[in-house]
Amino acid sequence: MKLLVAVKRVIDYNVKPRVKMDGTGVDLANVKMSMNPFDEIAVEEAIRLKEKGVATEIVAVSIGPAKAQETLRTALAMGADRAILVQTDEEVEPLAVAKILAKVAEEEQPQLIVLGKQAIDDDNNATGQMLAALLGWPQGTFASKVDVSDSATVTREVDGGLETVKLKLPAVVTTDLRLNEPRYASLPNIMKAKSKPLAIKSPGDFGVDTARRLETVKVTEPPKRQAGIKVGSVDELIDKLRETGVVG
Amino acid sequence: MNTLVLVEHEGGQIKDATLSTVTAAAKLGEVHLLVAGSNVGSVAEQAAKIAGAGKVHVADDAAYEHGLAENLAPLAAKLMEGHDAFLAPATTTGKNIAPRVAALLDVMQVSDILSVEDDNTFTRPIYAGNAIATVRSSDAKKVLTVRTTAFEKASREGGSGTVEQVGGSGDSGLSSFVGMDAAKSDRPELTSANIIVSGGRAFGSNEQFHALLDPLADKLGAAVGASRAAVDAGYAPNDYQVGQTGKIVAPGVYIAIGISGAIQHLAGMKDSKTIVAINKDEEAPIFQVADIGLVGDLFKIVPELTEKL
Repeated sequence: MKLLVAVKRVIDYNVKPRVKMDGTGVDLANVKMSMNPFDEIAVEEAIRLKEKGVATEIVAVSIGPAKAQETLRTALAMGADRAILVQTDEEVEPLAVAKILAKVAEEEQPQLIVLGKQAIDDDNNATGQMLAALLGWPQGTFASKVDVSDSATVTREVDGGLETVKLKLPAVVTTDLRLNEPRYASLPNIMKAKSKPLAIKSPGDFGVDTARRLETVKVTEPPKRQAGIKVGSVDELIDKLRETGVVG
Repeated sequence: MNTLVLVEHEGGQIKDATLSTVTAAAKLGEVHLLVAGSNVGSVAEQAAKIAGAGKVHVADDAAYEHGLAENLAPLAAKLMEGHDAFLAPATTTGKNIAPRVAALLDVMQVSDILSVEDDNTFTRPIYAGNAIATVRSSDAKKVLTVRTTAFEKASREGGSGTVEQVGGSGDSGLSSFVGMDAAKSDRPELTSANIIVSGGRAFGSNEQFHALLDPLADKLGAAVGASRAAVDAGYAPNDYQVGQTGKIVAPGVYIAIGISGAIQHLAGMKDSKTIVAINKDEEAPIFQVADIGLVGDLFKIVPELTEKL
C-alpha cells in the first residue's frame, strides 16, 4: 500500500520567535528553519509501516517556498521514496493546504495519509481533519499508536485518557508527540536522498485557489508576566500561599 | 447572528469547557446549542438552563454516542444552514470535530480564539503563545474553536432554552469506537481545578513522582499536572501534560515543582492567577514567570510542605 506524508517547513523548535517591531508577523529572516516536529513523527511512522511490510511506497508532500525542498530532502533521507513540492511563496492556510493534498491524494491513491497534528508556527491543528472531510475519509487524530492491516486501529491522546478507534481505509492519521521517536538520517542516507525523485508543482496545477480567508490584522507580543518574589523557607511559602486566599 | 455551540458532555454532565464557549458565542449573537449523543435527554435539559441558551438542538442516536467526528461533522454542517457561526471548545473533542465541520462548509477555521473583537475579528495565539495574532475572517460563516481559559464560564442556571429534536445522517460507516482507557482519578479535572500541583523530570521516576506529589495534591484538593519531559519519561500519563500541545490551564494557584519552564510548558499555564515555582536551579526560566519562588531540593521541600499545610 502507498502512504502519503505531509511535511511543513517551520521555524526550528529551539528558536524563540520574535515579533516584528511593525506588528506584521514574526521575524523569520536568518532564523533556523526545520521540519515541523509533528511531521517528523509522521514521516517516522510511515517508514516504520514500510519496515513492517505494511507499506510499499512513501510519498512526501510539502506546500511552501523553494526552500521547502530541504525539508523534503530530510524526509527522503529518513526513508521516504519520493517527494512532491507544491511550490508557492504565499502563506497557504490549512483549508487550501487540505485542498491541494486532496488533489494529490486523488492522483496518488494512497491508502493512508499521515500528517502532524499541528504546525508549531500557526498552531491551527486543522489540516488533517479538513483533508479527511474533503476526501470523505475517516480520521484518527492525535495518534499515539497506529496499527494498519485491512483497517487502521488508532489510539488517540484525548483529554480524558486514551481512546481507540477503528478506521476504514483509506484514512487520515495525525500524529501526537508520543507516537514514536523520529530517527536521525545517516550520512549515507542523506547522500542517497539527493538522487531520489522530487517533483515540483504549483497550486495552479491542481486548480486550487489559495487566496487567504483570514487576514492578519496585526501580531503582537503576549502580555508579559513579571517575576515575583523568592521566599527562603517552606514556612514562608505557606504564608504567601495563604495570602492568595485559594489555599486554606 | 445565530451561533451554534457544540456541547461537550461526559457521563450525563455538561463539561465546563462548554460554558466558556457559550460566553464566547454570546459575544457574537444568539446562542443555540447542539447536544449530540445517546440518551442525552437530561443533557439537553441542562443545556437549556445555561444562561443565555436559545434553541437546543438534540440529536439522540447511538451513532453520536462516542462523538466520532465522521458522524458528528455532517450533522453540525447541516445545522449550520440556519446558523452563522459554529463554536467548539478547543479541547481534544472540539479540535477533532470543528475543522471537519469547517471543511464541509468551505470555511477557514479560526483556531483557539482568545477574544472576540467584532463579528469577523478575533485574537489567537501563534508560535506556542509567543505571539498573539489578530485575524479578520472574510468567510460568510465562521467556525471557531475557543481557548476556554480566556472566557468566563456561563452560569449553569438561569437560561430558558427550547429543546428541539433533530435528525442527522447517523452512522457514516467510516469509523467505529473500540474503547477508552480512561484516566481514573478522584481529584479535580486539570482544566477546571482551582489548584494544580505539577511535576517535572526532576522527580526522577514514576514512583517518586506519585509518592511525593499525590499526598500534596490530596492535602490541597488539587489536580496533578506534569511537564512534557515528565510525561515523555513515563512518570505521568499523557493526559497530565500541561503545555502548548497538552492542556491549557489557568487555575487560581499553579505550583510547578522540578519544572525548568520550557517555553512550551509556560504557554500552557502562564495565565494562572498565582504561579509558584520550586526548583533547585535558581536560574531556571520558571522563576521569570513565578509570583512566588523557592529555590531548593524538592525531595526535602515537598514532604515538608505536605506535612505543614
